[in-house]
Amino acid sequence: MKIAIPADEKILSSDVCMSFGRAPYFYIYETMTKMGDFIENEAASSPGGAGVKAAQIVVDQHADILITPRCGENAAEVFKATPLQIYKSKNGSIADNLDAYLNDKLSQLENFHAGFHGVAGN
Amino acid sequence: MKLAVLSGKGGTGKTLVSVNLAAVAKNSIYVDCDVEEPNGHLFFKPVGIKNETVAIKIPIVDAALCLGCRKCVDFCKFNALAAIVNKLIVFDDICHSCGGCIMLCPNNALTEKDKVIGEINTGISEEVKVISGILNTGEASGIPIIKEVLNKIAAEEKLILIDCPPGSACIVMESIKDADYCILVAEPTVFGLHNLKMAYELVGLFNKPHGVVINKTLANSHLIEDFCDENKIKILSKIPYDSELGTLNSNGEIAARKSAVYKELFSSLLQTVVKEVEHETVTHS
Repeated sequence: MKIAIPADEKILSSDVCMSFGRAPYFYIYETMTKMGDFIENEAASSPGGAGVKAAQIVVDQHADILITPRCGENAAEVFKATPLQIYKSKNGSIADNLDAYLNDKLSQLENFHAGFHGVAGN
Repeated sequence: MKLAVLSGKGGTGKTLVSVNLAAVAKNSIYVDCDVEEPNGHLFFKPVGIKNETVAIKIPIVDAALCLGCRKCVDFCKFNALAAIVNKLIVFDDICHSCGGCIMLCPNNALTEKDKVIGEINTGISEEVKVISGILNTGEASGIPIIKEVLNKIAAEEKLILIDCPPGSACIVMESIKDADYCILVAEPTVFGLHNLKMAYELVGLFNKPHGVVINKTLANSHLIEDFCDENKIKILSKIPYDSELGTLNSNGEIAARKSAVYKELFSSLLQTVVKEVEHETVTHS
């Protein structure tokens, strides 16, 4: 099973990124091998629709679980077409949250925000 | 003659200036391109409104024809498309209606459908024709509405006042594209000066003749004057920081129709601008 977590930095002690769509990196962890990798989030610099593209990247990584503090409606719409499940992160590092999930300490994310679109004035 | 009224920031008096200039010009056309919050009609209270909708083309996918090649997904700079489990999802609200995905699709799986994004209202207020572009809340871009509005008046010989959106982004560029002259409205604050500089840079890029109107002028502030002196920008008029004007404006009245003083001020501004445009025409022909 694969787990994806938005990350501020490419280290396990990094905080979980406050933004899903515009996180600089995603940490992708495979529970079978207990190995993980950081990948760049190409959506981070998008002029618009970052959530959609970030969701596409996470789905293309074949993630089954996403752990994130929040998620927009458009990204949620993408995930709805897949079996992926979204869990709400808690304060702490990526390692803490991975641990919390594996020990059944996280609950599913149920609220999706309407996004921050149009602020760039394009 | 097309005069565009713009400013870097909102609330400096674009609508005040454009509405009053159109009112003193008589036999003129006032065009509200501030489609996200058009308010010129609140002053003109036009009658005999004719309404038409504006639609853009957005892609619709035929799932049976989609090969899952992702050419459209990779192309879209706005990320309006996602290919999930071999199913293509189109996000209507993100689409900027460029049509690129439809052109690129190798199997004609994408076609166009209309999506209404707003409307144009046309009416009359005394001798002024009032055209307002109105973008529906939540739509990505008002540019298609501005294009449609400006198309309508492209061949008009009358004096046209274009009330632009605030800022200096593409929506403003679209609004000033066909203008013969740009009137930059600024207020004498540090923030006002900063935003005037952005509008000034923009009209420079577009090579548009321009001048400045200082609104809410204060006797002890020379911020805008100093900037205009340094850059040899003509100051067309100074509108005082005046409670009578503020009250008229807050009550939705057109100052030039209610007050002899302001009728005079805006008539004189209009004369100055028309002279400037004629001068430009002579020196550039």
